Amino acid sequence: MTLRSASPADVDAVDPMITNPVPIRRVVWENDDTFTLTLDIRDALPAFSFLPGQFNMLYVYGMGEVAISISSDPGKKGTIDHTIHRVGSLTTALAHMKRGDMIGVRGPFGSSWPVNVARGKDVIIASGGIGLAPLRPVVYSILRARKDYGRVIVLYGGRSALDLLFRVELEEWGNNHEVETLVTVDRGDSSWKGHIGVVTGLLSYIKLDARNTVAYVCGPEIMMRFTADELEARDIPVESIYLSMERNMKCAIGFCGHCQMGPTFICKDGPVYQLPQIRPLLDKKEL
Amino acid sequence: MGTEDLTQILLQHPFIQGLGEDHLKTLIGCAKNVRFQEGEYVIREGEAASKFFLIRTGRVALEVEVSGHGGLRIQTSGPGEVLGWSWLIAPYRWHYSGVAVADTRAISLDGECLRKKCEADSSFGYEMLKRLAEVMERRVEATRMQLIDMYGLTTTGGHK
Ligand code: FES
Repeated sequence: MTLRSASPADVDAVDPMITNPVPIRRVVWENDDTFTLTLDIRDALPAFSFLPGQFNMLYVYGMGEVAISISSDPGKKGTIDHTIHRVGSLTTALAHMKRGDMIGVRGPFGSSWPVNVARGKDVIIASGGIGLAPLRPVVYSILRARKDYGRVIVLYGGRSALDLLFRVELEEWGNNHEVETLVTVDRGDSSWKGHIGVVTGLLSYIKLDARNTVAYVCGPEIMMRFTADELEARDIPVESIYLSMERNMKCAIGFCGHCQMGPTFICKDGPVYQLPQIRPLLDKKEL
Repeated sequence: MGTEDLTQILLQHPFIQGLGEDHLKTLIGCAKNVRFQEGEYVIREGEAASKFFLIRTGRVALEVEVSGHGGLRIQTSGPGEVLGWSWLIAPYRWHYSGVAVADTRAISLDGECLRKKCEADSSFGYEMLKRLAEVMERRVEATRMQLIDMYGLTTTGGHK
């Protein structure tokens, strides 16, 4: 595993510590405690571009910063989305924002899902809960060049039907037959006719050409650990399995050590890792 | 449907894969091809557990009645999976109801018939028990994961 910190020269070149004021274009609530902020970047960041899986530091003026993955289509110009779970004071402050309010943005940071390695292969996109947000740009990227990929299978698990993110898109992806979509929840009421159970269970319903499949996995760490084990048990090569890790971030450029996990800095070496790089660190109590 | 057709159908189900010819013959005498329409109850909580099902297509949801909340669905069984093991364990009663949430085709296996055969032929009985133990182990694992309520764990949006 490479452990690399930013050199001062790197930092000067891109001014990664400078936050840019950006207006909020739209706030959409995905479920009771998760919302998507669409930012209008046309004037503030006209040249902004990002890769699927990268994150931005969002600054609530007077309060502080939080690292949030970009959840929109990397090919779309003019706006970017961040899908946010309201869990603390900063994310609650973001939840109270409305159209026209300003927040600070710096980024994008971190490694990305290597979408190109899946060209000519089948793709599994396995996610749980908020983990679908950092993977949504992967789906968009693949759909833009759909014929370059084999089967594309989205597996998604949520707590209940009401907690699922991007429900309209999940349905659209499933209906247009470009993506095989399997969704499961932990519990359902009598109106839920879909799968109930853990996301790993969905793998038993699909026949895989395992040696020719690339898997991108994002969700709670325990879900990723079990999913990675199951994918490996189904003969998907470990080097074709990628995960995205989550830790507290502060500088986002490999200086402060806040996001350190064993020998790696999530903000700089991650958040996206190939399974063999990160497996020894998954769900380690001391980390 | 002839025994031969049923054998072919059974052989496609993962629960049966690798079963010896003799054991398959023993099993087939207790098997029947069945269908359920969406909304139809396959098993009912409290009733005698006289069968179990190898799901071929469709989906069956396990449902438990929670007063004030109606039927709470806690697990589904789909193609290639097995529904029910209470037929093997006294007092042979269903603890949950199972409702087809999509049109479902399955092989129904008569529990009493199988119990007798398991008692009479211990090698067949052990084979059945091993396979069901695997099903149970997977179910217990899945239930543990659901108990963790992992999506309720606090994460903000990929990073925090
Ligand atoms: S957030 Fe500072 S080193 Fe990663």
